[in-house]
Formats: sequence, C-alpha cells, structure tokens
Amino acid sequence: MATTGIVEFRWHGRGGQGAKTACLLLAEAAGLQGKFVQGFPEYGPERMGAPITAYNRISDQRCNIHSNIYNPDYVIVVDETLLGSVDVTGGLKKDGAVIINTPSSPQEMRARLNGWGGKICTIDARRIAEQYLGSNLPNTPMLAAAVKVSGVLQIEPFFANIEASFKHKFAARPRLIEGNMATLKKSMEEVQIG
Amino acid sequence: MKSRLSGNEAVAYAMKQVNPDVMGAFPITPSTEIAEYFAAYVANGEVNTEFVTVESEHSSMSVCIAAQAAGARSVCATSSCGLALMYELLYVAASCRLPITLACVNRALSGPININHDYSDSMGARDSGWIQIYAENNQEAYDNFIMAIPIGEAPEVRLPVMTCMDGFITSHAVENIELLDTGVVRQFVGEYSPQHYLLKKENPLAVGPYDISAYYMEHKVQEAEAMKAAKARILEVAKEFEKISGRRYGLFEEYRMEDADLALVIMGSSAGTGKTAVDKLREAGIKAGLVKIRVFRPFPGEELAQTLAGTRAVAVMDKSEGFSANGGPLFAETRSALYDLKQRPYLINIVYGLGGRDIKVEDFEQVFKRLASIAESGDIHPVYSHMGHRTKGAIA
Repeated sequence: MATTGIVEFRWHGRGGQGAKTACLLLAEAAGLQGKFVQGFPEYGPERMGAPITAYNRISDQRCNIHSNIYNPDYVIVVDETLLGSVDVTGGLKKDGAVIINTPSSPQEMRARLNGWGGKICTIDARRIAEQYLGSNLPNTPMLAAAVKVSGVLQIEPFFANIEASFKHKFAARPRLIEGNMATLKKSMEEVQIG
Repeated sequence: MKSRLSGNEAVAYAMKQVNPDVMGAFPITPSTEIAEYFAAYVANGEVNTEFVTVESEHSSMSVCIAAQAAGARSVCATSSCGLALMYELLYVAASCRLPITLACVNRALSGPININHDYSDSMGARDSGWIQIYAENNQEAYDNFIMAIPIGEAPEVRLPVMTCMDGFITSHAVENIELLDTGVVRQFVGEYSPQHYLLKKENPLAVGPYDISAYYMEHKVQEAEAMKAAKARILEVAKEFEKISGRRYGLFEEYRMEDADLALVIMGSSAGTGKTAVDKLREAGIKAGLVKIRVFRPFPGEELAQTLAGTRAVAVMDKSEGFSANGGPLFAETRSALYDLKQRPYLINIVYGLGGRDIKVEDFEQVFKRLASIAESGDIHPVYSHMGHRTKGAIA
C-alpha cells in the first residue's frame, strides 16, 4: 500500500451524531501532538439520520494523498444500526480493528460482521453519554475509544489538549466541559477489546 | 504559526488578515463557511470590512465591482452555480480592470445537481479575463489568496483574481498549516491605492459605459496585454512571498520531472495523490514525473512546453468535461502549447473525477502503465478518454 507509516481511520455514523466533529477533534488532538493529520468528511445529500462517512490520516510526514480511505487500520461505527446496511469492515486491514457503539460484547458482535475475523472492540457509548452528558451524544465516547484502541496518541497530553479545546468551545457552559472530560475518561476504561 | 485548519477556514483567515474594505457575501455549498467565518470576524470587530449580504451571487459580484470601482479593496467567495450566476459580472469586473479577489471553492455545475468537486465551474469562466490560480491543499489555498492581492492590483495587471481550491476535498478537510503573522500579511498586501477610481475628486470617471466599435477592440487588446503581463507579476509576487513564508511557488510545480520519461499534467488536490504514485514508480525504477498546473490563467504554455520537451509520453488529466468532443480544457491548452516543439512527447487526455468521483493512487499507477505502453508502441488511441466511471453493463 501507498499508506505505509500512515495510520488511517474510517468513521461510520448518521448525520447529526457528531461523527464528523469527532473526526475533526481527532485530527486536532493528533496535530497538537506534533503529528501530520487529515480529517475529512465524505458528503452526500446532507440530512439528519442519513449514513455519513468521515476519515482520518495520522502520520509523521505530511501526507499528499487526497483520496478517500479504502483500507483503514481502524473503523469506528458510531451507530450500531448501520451494521445492517453498510459493510463497515469492507477493506479493513486484517490486523486492524473495528470499534462499535453497542451494549453487546465483542463476541456477540462477531456474527453480525460479515465474517470479519480480526479484532472487534465494543463500547456502550450511548449509556456513558447519557450518564455523563445527559443525552445520547455518542461521538465523545467513540473518540476516546478510537484513541485508546489505536494507541496513536499519548493519553495524558490528549486529555489536556481536549480539555483546553472544550474550555474554548463550551466557555459559556462549563458543565459540558466536566461532562465531556468524564465521558472521555470513563470511555477509555470501559472499551472492551475482543 | 503552526495550526490545523480546513481549506475554508484557512481562506477566511487569510481574508481576515488582509482586512479588505468590502465583502460581497452570498452562501453556496461548499464555499458557505468562508462567508460564515468572515461574518464572525466582522461581528467580533476583528476586521472593519463592510460586509454586504445580498440576495444572489449576481449581486455579490455587483457589490464587489461597485466597491472596487469606487476605490475599495473587495473580496468574495463562491462555488459552482453561484459562479455561473456571476458570469455576466465576471466579464464586467475584468474588462473594467477591477482587481477583485474571489475565492472559488470548486464544485460541479448542475445538472444533474451535485455538490462535490470538479472544475466545471471555474473552467467555464476561463475566458472571462480573470487570473486563475489553483491550490493543491489548505496551505496553498491560504498562500494563494494572500498572493492574489498584490498580483491583481499591480498597475501593469489590474485584473481580478480567482483563487481556486477543491470543494470538500480541500475546503472541508482539516490539515496542518503554517500561518503568517497578521502584521506580515498586512505589510505584504499593502494599501490599495488605484490610480483611477470613481470617487477620485481630482479626476472623477465613469465606469462601465457603452464602448463603441471605435474603442472596444483597443480595450480588449489592453486586457489581453494585462493578462500576458500577469505572468511575470505572479512570479515576482511568488519571490516576495517566499521571503516571508519560506514557501516557493511558480506558474506550475514540477515534481520529479528532471529526467522523467512519463509524466502527468494535472491540477489541484489529485496532484498530491498523483505524487504518491510517482514516488512508488520511482522506487520501482520507472522515470515518472508530474506537473501540477498552479496558474491556469494566464496559461504558462511556453514554460510547460519546455518542461515536457524531454518526456516520452504525457497524460493530461482533466477534472472537467468541456464537451468539445476533442478533450478537456487542460488538454486543449497543453496540446496547443506543445505544438511549437520540434520533438514532442506522445500526448493523451484522461477526464476523471467528475462530480467528486474519487481517484486513488492505484488509478494513477494504471495511467502510468498506459503511458509506458504508449512510449513503447506509439499507439495513443484513444487520445481522449474517461476514467473511473462504470460501464452500462456494470450499472445494470
């Protein structure tokens, strides 16, 4: 592959769930750790609930490739209901991993992944988000899971950078800063690697 | 300053640093964010630009024309059908010699309606008298916008400049970027001080009156001469820009062309993907190279011919159709430019990527494979073809 030395992520979500935002936050967090980054969505007709895809490339050299990602190292499924209609593990590298937002275990998910034989990670992003943010906003837990499973970033600087970013973004709503940080930390603990 | 911005954020930030007098603003995907970010700068008092919201792109360009004619520096952003709705005014801006700067976020023209990237919008405006500069990524989009101002406003040029970037692929992708200090940018672009303008009390003038046959052609010849003069000015500004940024720009970028046998001529973000294919082929011992056209108007024909003179086979990659039945617009320019060479490479045209159809490293490797076979056999047929589309059978 032309992508040697580049870690590639593909996000599957539904319009309105924040998959694109999580993708851009991952790019920002990686950039703050001195990495070269790309974070980009693939747009179709934009509407709430429609399947959307977003991508990240993270590397130590600037990446000139501007195509979509067909053989990712990691796939993040922000909405479990996409499994019926989107081939989420399509092209996923054999030694890569799929990370799914679900209350089910990795073992339970395997049967629903078209014979995918590689690593499956699960996280109950909805429950965590509802507990700490008060609503079903699964993108923060999924971002945490992606960082944890990929190991592409150093965790402590990641927390510090994201907190700074949340402080800027939610200056008027400090409750959301605490909630999001608690969500990130809890999600890192809870993600199951199967 | 190191940062990470999308192409749209980067251009909006460049606009903020320039702090233009007037912006004519009307939203259209995928350029909308530029006006949105800029509106926030206006609201926060970070610029003192007169931000004029209008009801159409015809009017946003009219605002820019009126403002620039009055002696104000004006900017604008648009895409696709928005640019199409400006067409009448694009010609007016250029022929009135008003150096407006327009960020064109390229998107396919309707129909069928599509929001994704190709160059059908700006290629349709290629004969309007605007300088056109294309970016490969967010960094180039930012740099080009800043350079556009001293290019267009130079007395020997006085033409509007369209800085183009790929819709979504560049406009909505966050990548690393190096930003200049605002003070440095302000100094680089300087004050806009046109020699003649509508409201100059010592010498008030009419702008855009009827031009009778006795004068029209003289004006058009002057406009053509200005476009020719723009080439030297673009290089001069690039040299100055290198001093403040360390980044080097030309009329086009030559990538591993020194001893290339096989080459691509291409524009925009796909040039980056093509460079990766070139690297892979070079590792395999194949002398591949790539020319990325940065300045399409004025077209660097003589320079391009010199660069391609030593090659054996070249594929010109067009990301817009053109419906000439004789190849895309970049092909027409390139083939014409090569005519004066005594020894020419074999030349083919491939139209790709329409309406956002993705192109991968592997696709470029296939193109180079075909070029290798052409260099051996001399068989260039079909000279003009499409790539990346499905056949009728495959769709059924």
